[in-house]
Amino acid sequence: MEATLFYILATMLVVFAILTVTAANPVRSAVFLISALLCMAGFFFLLEAEFVGAVQILVYVGGIMVLFLFVIMLVSVREVEGQRRANRQWKTALVLGIVLSFELVFFVVQGAEVFSADTIDQQFLNLDSQTRNTETVGGLLYSTYLLPFEIASVLLLVAMIAAVVLTQKRL
Amino acid sequence: MVDITHYLVLSTIVFSIGVVGVLTRRNVIIILMSIELMLNSVNLNLVAFSDRLQDPSGQVFAVFVITVAAAEAAVGLGIIIALFRNKETVNVDEIDLMRG
Repeated sequence: MEATLFYILATMLVVFAILTVTAANPVRSAVFLISALLCMAGFFFLLEAEFVGAVQILVYVGGIMVLFLFVIMLVSVREVEGQRRANRQWKTALVLGIVLSFELVFFVVQGAEVFSADTIDQQFLNLDSQTRNTETVGGLLYSTYLLPFEIASVLLLVAMIAAVVLTQKRL
Repeated sequence: MVDITHYLVLSTIVFSIGVVGVLTRRNVIIILMSIELMLNSVNLNLVAFSDRLQDPSGQVFAVFVITVAAAEAAVGLGIIIALFRNKETVNVDEIDLMRG
């Protein structure tokens, strides 16, 4: 069951990712990216990380992609329509991307036995399936990772001010 | 139970698609979207290892990556709007103010 769901989601994710990169119209590209991000949220639910999956849908699909669609609307789409979509170096870039992909897959497959179930040290596993996922992540955020959490909030403030300053009339 | 190698290979493939998107496209909005795709594929790795090791720290870091992605998108789209206002184009190969 889990394997079937994995392969269905994986196929959809790869197809939507390719369509995102190849679509001529930026609006279509954004819609395909939303579909790809929803597939990714499906993977998070499959991996029992419900909190990250929910945050993925809320922040990415509800926030970031709406922002993208707004900017596409502001930056006129009609003139983009007829132009060529790839730059001059696209053949080299495609070859490099395929080489990078094969290289990474090769190393992952070579090192596969490191990640397999019986080689992982059992003392590493701190199984506490009693608590819920959101509770566990929230507890970690406010205890062990409190300083990174605060720094992330400062980062968001900086990004907010930067976005306001950058979009002013006189820059 | 799906082996973790499957997740790693899938994430690698999505990351490479993002890299190809960044390197080949001319439209700067689609380049930003490809970067979002790459950040998300890294999240898949973090959550998969979090599930494998039964350690929720990976999920915390995935939340941090989403935060950084949100900040990056806000600043990037602000830059695109400022650029479009000044240069009237969103194609990266026409933006060559620094060319000597």
